[in-house]
Amino acid sequence: MSESAIRSLKDLPSTHLLGTGTSMCAGCGGLEVLHEIYDILGGKTVFVNAAGCMTLLSTYPFTPFRGGWLYTSMASASAGAQGVRDALDILRAKGRIAPAEDMTAVVLAGDGSTYGMGMSATSAAIERGLDFLYICYDNEGYGNTGQQYSGATPRGASTSTSARGYTGDKKDLFAIWAAHRPAYAATVTGAEPLDLAKKIERAARMKGPRLIHALAPCPTGWDYDPRDTVEIGRLAVRSGVWPLKEYVDGRTVHTRVPHPRIPVEEYMKTQGRFAHLFAPQRNEALLAQIQRKVDAYWAAAA
Amino acid sequence: MTRTLLTGNGAAAWGVRLAEADYVPAFPITPQTEIIETLAGWYERGEVAGRLVTLESEHSMVTAAGAAAATGVRVFTATSSQGLLYAMEMLYAVAGWRAPFVMVNVSRAVASPITLESDHTDILAARDSGFLQFHCATCQEVLDSVLIAYRVAEDARVRLPAIVNEDGFTLSFTREPVEVPDIGSVRAFLPAFDPQGMEFRASRPVSQAVAVLGGSQYSYFRYEAHLATLNALAVYDEAAAAFASRFGRRHPVVEAYRCEDADIVFFLIGAVATQARDAVDRLREAGRKVGVLRPRLLRPYPAAALRRALAGARAVVVLDQNLSMGQGGVLHTELAAALYGAERAPLLVSFIGGLGGRDVSAEEFYEMAAVARRAIDAGVAPEPRLLFTAGELREIRKLQAIAVEERKRTGGQA
Repeated sequence: MSESAIRSLKDLPSTHLLGTGTSMCAGCGGLEVLHEIYDILGGKTVFVNAAGCMTLLSTYPFTPFRGGWLYTSMASASAGAQGVRDALDILRAKGRIAPAEDMTAVVLAGDGSTYGMGMSATSAAIERGLDFLYICYDNEGYGNTGQQYSGATPRGASTSTSARGYTGDKKDLFAIWAAHRPAYAATVTGAEPLDLAKKIERAARMKGPRLIHALAPCPTGWDYDPRDTVEIGRLAVRSGVWPLKEYVDGRTVHTRVPHPRIPVEEYMKTQGRFAHLFAPQRNEALLAQIQRKVDAYWAAAA
Repeated sequence: MTRTLLTGNGAAAWGVRLAEADYVPAFPITPQTEIIETLAGWYERGEVAGRLVTLESEHSMVTAAGAAAATGVRVFTATSSQGLLYAMEMLYAVAGWRAPFVMVNVSRAVASPITLESDHTDILAARDSGFLQFHCATCQEVLDSVLIAYRVAEDARVRLPAIVNEDGFTLSFTREPVEVPDIGSVRAFLPAFDPQGMEFRASRPVSQAVAVLGGSQYSYFRYEAHLATLNALAVYDEAAAAFASRFGRRHPVVEAYRCEDADIVFFLIGAVATQARDAVDRLREAGRKVGVLRPRLLRPYPAAALRRALAGARAVVVLDQNLSMGQGGVLHTELAAALYGAERAPLLVSFIGGLGGRDVSAEEFYEMAAVARRAIDAGVAPEPRLLFTAGELREIRKLQAIAVEERKRTGGQA
């Protein structure tokens, strides 16, 4: 879309709309991405929240948001967005509010909610064509409760309920959304702010169900120094573990093809959750399997 | 005002139509479905303005209902039984949002075993949720209660969601003559919804349903909601008085039927009151001093009104169409709490009856009155018991024998 106002890092807003001093952890990749998204979406938004780390953003009597906030439950944030959107539509149709009073309904949910009990309400919201933006900050586990494995945990990752490494595979949320044929779906991460900004700007101009799926490096859950959040996000992209892509008009396009792709090991080595794959001895079989899976993804994408 | 034949579900839909609800998040479940089908038909044909959206579950339905009310529109929804239980997390949540709307629950017994017919275990599971609870005995009362419930729920002194309860099958699918008020009178009784500034607008940012840190804030907000619920007693009396003067139908918070000089009073909620009144008429003909006492509101609990109404009674037959496992009937427990310490408090004689749609016969009302009479004479209340006849037990034994034979025939252990 050539009408984008954002072409380079210099075009990114420096408003820092989201207030500071929240209760999120130092180095939170989810908060990083929320800052970047909020600067572009702006304050005419109602954030409809599902239970997760970010539920504590709005804690009486403080909130970092300039617009609206509604905490719902772990399973039904998308249904909350439906209620807000429908109510605003009704008020506008009946002339009870001016068009300028309208707001955008934005679901804010972690991967625990998104990949699990929130799936049913979200699938139904998409099938109804609900006009909403869904932000999933994905730290690949139930982070708020101490990083137990979730449907978003990658194979091999040690969590507090899979000390020897998670034996399932990360569910493909993007593909699940794409199968619903939504208006828009995109993957982002805070370490790639330009790519993120372009996608949010595009999504904000659309109507209908829109997914922003953000990889959210998590110092406490992934076991690394908070200062490394940005670098780990970059490595996730450069290793091909986290493909940056978008779904528009029935087609999926990669917005960044890492070339050359660095070995997945380079990404995994930075995080304590994968340390057991490298010491006391290397788990060659599993490391090779993980690399093969990433290779196969990009071979199919080419 | 027109008089027509309506089912309880039809009456509920008419109440919603006359209240001019803006928004109906819905989910089908027997025996409630007729309500949302009726509303959907009116909206589709453009007979009245309103929007109905079917969610994928009752949990989502109540979330959407609360969210829309929190955005500033008048909301209605309806459910039954398993649906109410499935939504339970959100009942507690949206009540805490102080987002007023009205939900009709068409009472149906809960699993297990799964069944379709009515009792009150479903609605009493929502007892502590923070919703106001209105209990209806007739189809007319269903329509009237929907209108009164909106007025009470939206009152600035209350601001809480409300459940209007009707019994599945006995009310939901039974046609009765119902007076349908005209829209002008309803508008005068029930003004347009005023969100009182709690709404999402671009120019007036607001956070709702935020977290608290610590028990001090939590205690404050929870108790504040409790006090608002208690406020609903006085607000209800005002609304019922205004309703009576405008529409001529009285709905006092506690309905007392032939209680004035009664020494034995049947205490119950819902549609079974009609059978109870009939039995009381027969018993009165036989010279027994009996009456029926029926609270319309269960939350808030009209304890003072009940104490007043029972001041002269010597025994109360509490008929619970619900069962709290390991404790017994919920109405019995709560009435005992309300009467505790009262001077010359009546004996409470507890019966569990009418579970899962089981009929309560006239003979059983006579027998309950006789048990209460013996209790008065003995000065001691008997142990709680289940209304269940020898004939019913014989039928169960037959079914069990068949089940054993079938199990043997298919190789299972009997």
